[in-house]
Amino acid sequence: MFPAQSMKYETLPWLILFLPLSSAAVITLFTLRSKTVSSLISIGAIVLGFVLTCIFIAANSFHPAVAETTVSWLAIGNLNVDFGLKLDTLSLMMTLIVTGVGGAIHIYSYGYMHEDRSRARFFACMSLFTFSMLGIVLANNFLMMFIAWELVGVSSYLLIGFWFEKPSAGDAAKKAFITNRLGDFGFLAGILMIWGLLGSLNFGELQSALTANSAALGASATIAGLLIFCGAMGKSAQFPLHVWLPDAMEGPTPVSALIHAATMVAAGVYMLCRTLFLFNHEALQVIAYIGGFTALLAALIAIQQNDIKRIIAYSTLSQLGYMVMAVGLAGPTPAMFHLTTHAFFKALLFLSAGSVILGMHHEQDIWQMGNLRKKMPITFWTFLLGALALSGVWPLSGFFSKDGILAQAVEQHSYLLFANGVFIAGLTTFYTFRLFFVVFLGEEKSPAAAQAHESPAVMTLPLIALALFSVIGGLIGIEGLYRHAFSSAVEAPAGFAAALFEPFTHSPLAASLGLLAFAIGLAAAWSWYANAATDPLPAKLGGLATAMKNKFYFDELYEATVIPLHDFIAAVMDWFDRWIVQGACIGLVRGGTDLGGRMLRLMQTGNLQTYAFMFVFGVAVLLYFVLVK
Amino acid sequence: MHVGLHEYLTVSILLFCLGLLGVILRRNLLMIYMSLELMLNAANLALVSFSRFNDRLDGQVLVFFIITVAAAEVAVGLALIVALYRKRQSAHVEDLTSMKL
Repeated sequence: MFPAQSMKYETLPWLILFLPLSSAAVITLFTLRSKTVSSLISIGAIVLGFVLTCIFIAANSFHPAVAETTVSWLAIGNLNVDFGLKLDTLSLMMTLIVTGVGGAIHIYSYGYMHEDRSRARFFACMSLFTFSMLGIVLANNFLMMFIAWELVGVSSYLLIGFWFEKPSAGDAAKKAFITNRLGDFGFLAGILMIWGLLGSLNFGELQSALTANSAALGASATIAGLLIFCGAMGKSAQFPLHVWLPDAMEGPTPVSALIHAATMVAAGVYMLCRTLFLFNHEALQVIAYIGGFTALLAALIAIQQNDIKRIIAYSTLSQLGYMVMAVGLAGPTPAMFHLTTHAFFKALLFLSAGSVILGMHHEQDIWQMGNLRKKMPITFWTFLLGALALSGVWPLSGFFSKDGILAQAVEQHSYLLFANGVFIAGLTTFYTFRLFFVVFLGEEKSPAAAQAHESPAVMTLPLIALALFSVIGGLIGIEGLYRHAFSSAVEAPAGFAAALFEPFTHSPLAASLGLLAFAIGLAAAWSWYANAATDPLPAKLGGLATAMKNKFYFDELYEATVIPLHDFIAAVMDWFDRWIVQGACIGLVRGGTDLGGRMLRLMQTGNLQTYAFMFVFGVAVLLYFVLVK
Repeated sequence: MHVGLHEYLTVSILLFCLGLLGVILRRNLLMIYMSLELMLNAANLALVSFSRFNDRLDGQVLVFFIITVAAAEVAVGLALIVALYRKRQSAHVEDLTSMKL
C-alpha cells in the first residue's frame, strides 16, 4: 500500500499502542498474586512505549511523509472504517506526553501504592487506561476514536472507584461515568451526523472534503460542531458537565494526576484540535464562551476549597476552560501548547500533593498542615516550581502557554474573553498560593504536620523530572512544533534569547497584564494567608464565600432538577415497558399461545379411533386439495 | 358384461372403504385388525389390476412383498393383542386410553 521507504519502523506505533494493553492482560490473567512483578510489567510497558516513541520520532521526525498506517477493518455497504493510526506532529507529541508524563506517574505510583493490598489490580487498570488514551491519540477516524473514548470512560471508572469499599469512591466513579455518558451521547450523534453528511469518518478525508467545499456540512454545520463538542464537554469537564471532575478526586492521587492532568481531560481538547476543521464560526463562538465561563467558575470555586486535591482539581477545570477557550478562539496552537505545559505542571502539582498526603498519613485538609517546608524539602521545592508555572511566572512554561492564549484573544478582538482570561490568571495565582502558603509556610496546624516526613526517592525522582519540564517546557520549541502542525508556514527557529522574550514583543499587552495579574494575586495571597491559622476570606466575602465553598450549589441544583426529571423519564419508561412491551406485546403472544395449547389439548382423547378418524380426515382434505383443486 | 380396469378399481375402493369404516367404527381390537387386513388387500387388488391391464409385472412383484410382510405383521400383531388381553382382560379400544394426558 505504501511506497517502500515512506515511513521507517512502521510497526513501532502499533507496538507502542498495544504494549500497555498486553501488560494489562498479562497482569490480570497471570500475575495478580505478585504485586511487585505486576507493577514492574506495567511500568516497563509504558516506559518502553516512551522509548519507542522517541526512537520513532528520531527516525521519522515529527512529521512523517506518510502520516497514516492502516489495516482495513470494517466494510459495510459504503461505510469503510480502517483500523488506522494517525502519525503527525499532533499525535506524536501527545503520545510523548501520555507515555512520558504517564511513565513518571507510573513510577511514582510504585512508591505511593506500596502499602496497598490490590496494587496489581491498580497497575492493570493503569495500563488499560494508558492503552485507551493512546487509542484516542493515535486514532485516524472517528469510530476508532469513539471506541477508545469509551474505553477511557471505563478505565477511568475502574480507577476512580479503585477504593470501591468506600461508598464515596463508588459514587464518584458512577458520577464520572454517567456524566461522561451524557457527553458521549452528543458526541456519537455528532459523529453519525458527520458521517451522514460527508460519508466518511477518516479525519484526513473529512478535512480534504471540507477544504474542497467548505459548505459541505450545509445548514447543520453548527449543530454538528456543537454535538461533537458535547464529547469534549464530558471528557474535558466543561460547564455544565463539569461536576464529575472534583468528585473524581476520590481515586488514589496518582490516578488524579494521570486522569486529570496529563491525559483523560486533555482528550477533549485534543479531539477539538484534531477536528478543528469541522467547526464553523458560530460553533467556535459557543465553545469559546463555554470555555471562558468554565474557567471563571472553577477558579472562583477553587478559592474556597479546603481539600488539597480538590483545589488542584478545580484548578484543572479552570485551566481546561482556558484551553477550550483557546480552541474556540481558533487558536489550536496555544490550546495544545497549554495542554502540554499543563500536563507537566499539573501532574507535578498532583504528585507533590500526593507526596504531602502520604507524608501527612492521608490527611487532605490544608488547615491541618502547615510549615511542611522543613519536613518535606524536595516536595516543597517541586510544588513551588509547579505553582509558579501554573500561575504563569516568566520564564516558566505556564507563562508562555497562558500568554499564547491571552494573545490569541487579543488577536481575535475578543476583549471580553481577554479580560476574563487576565482576571482568571489573577485568581489562579491567588488560589494556588493560598494553598501553598497554608500548606508549606506558617505554623504547624496539627500534631500530624509536626511529624510529617519526606517521601521515598521513587516518588521524589519523578517529581524532579516533571519539575524540570515545568520550568523549561516553554522554551524547548514545543510551540513551534504545534504552530507548524496547524499552519504549513515554516519559520526559522528563533534563538534562545529571542524565544525568552518573544511574548513581550509579540503581544506586549497580554504579557504585561498577565504578569500584573500574577503580582496582584500573589500579593493578595501573601497578605491574607502567609501566617493565617484559619481562613480569613469567609468573613470578608460573606455569602459569596459560602457559595464558592459549596461549588455554587451545582450538585444541589442538579439534584433538584436533572435527577427528578431523569426519575420521571425513567418512571414513564418503566410504565411503558411494564404495560406496553410486557403487557400488550409479550402478554398477547404469550396468552395466545397458551390458549391455543389448551384448545389443542382437547384433541388428545386417548381414543385410538378418534386418532384414526382424524388421520383419515386429514388424508381426505389433502386429497381434495391435490386432486380436485 | 365386460369387466375392465374400472370395475376392478371400483371393487378395490369399496373394499378399502369397508375396511376403513371397520377401523373407525368397530370396537373390538380383533375386528379392527381384520379391517386393516381388508384395506391392505384392497390395495393389493388395485396393484394387481394395474399390473394386468398395463402388461407390466412390477405391481405383481410388489403384491408378493406386501403379502409376505403382512403375514409377518399379522403374527406380531396377533401376539400383541393376545398379550394385551392377558394383561387387561379386555380387547376393547375404549379400555385402552392410558396414553391420554
